[in-house]
Amino acid sequence: MFEAIAFYLFAILTISMFSIAVLTSQALYALTSLAAGMIFISAFFFILGADFLGAVQIIVYTGAVLALYAFGMMFFDTTRDVVEKRTSPMLVFGMSGMAALLIVLIFAAPIVSDNIAALYPVQEGVGNAQAVGMVLFTKYLVPFEVAAVMLLVAMIGGIILAGKKMDTSLTLLDEDKSPLSVETNEKAAS
Amino acid sequence: MEIGLSHYLVLSTILFAIGLIGVMRRKNLLLLFFATEILLNSVNVAFAAISHYYGDLTGQMFAFFVIAIAASEVAVGLGLLIVWYKRTGKIDLDMMTTMRG
Repeated sequence: MFEAIAFYLFAILTISMFSIAVLTSQALYALTSLAAGMIFISAFFFILGADFLGAVQIIVYTGAVLALYAFGMMFFDTTRDVVEKRTSPMLVFGMSGMAALLIVLIFAAPIVSDNIAALYPVQEGVGNAQAVGMVLFTKYLVPFEVAAVMLLVAMIGGIILAGKKMDTSLTLLDEDKSPLSVETNEKAAS
Repeated sequence: MEIGLSHYLVLSTILFAIGLIGVMRRKNLLLLFFATEILLNSVNVAFAAISHYYGDLTGQMFAFFVIAIAASEVAVGLGLLIVWYKRTGKIDLDMMTTMRG
């Protein structure tokens, strides 16, 4: 009963927050409601018994990713209203068709996979963080290391792209003939 | 009333549809990134629910890797976005038509 109340409460909160994030025309409202939605998503992880995943969700998403977005928004002109996109009907048709197919697959998947067996079953007597650690550092050690290398590559790439020579923009140095970069080149030259 | 696996899958589908709506109607690239974050989060909810109801930790492992990929995607994507903004002064999708043949 308590689980049902919590599920429906957080489902309504998450759907409304993400709807605001998608439908609003103010970038700051979108960022704030996205952060709230991320925290409400972590409530589902706590309900489902995945405590470590919920903590990681709060720390990584609301702590790191959305802080990164907030820092990125300082570079952009976010005060003006966002212009909506007029998409072609072909794209809307294709993506709605894909969404409908996805819904059918989601409802068909538990019927097909009735005889599925747990590959790495949850061990008795240990907490969730301990069980996650046991599986992550034995069965999934190589993907874990690859993910660590990928995060390092992404960090170096982000620093080089965004941070180096913030005043002269090193990507514009050999782009003098590009028609896109005339104004910024004049700005940098003055 | 018992909450089953299909409740979570329906919720995940609704959130995924919200993210798809965002991808379809956004023109600002920063807000397009927000919509992709919603897509990744909805999949994470489905992974955690399946992991709980089948008693298998593999779903949570996949959710961790999805979170790691989302974090690195944000780092590289925001770097590229800042470079693009410094070059053109706009981050609208309509500006990016230079590769059109």
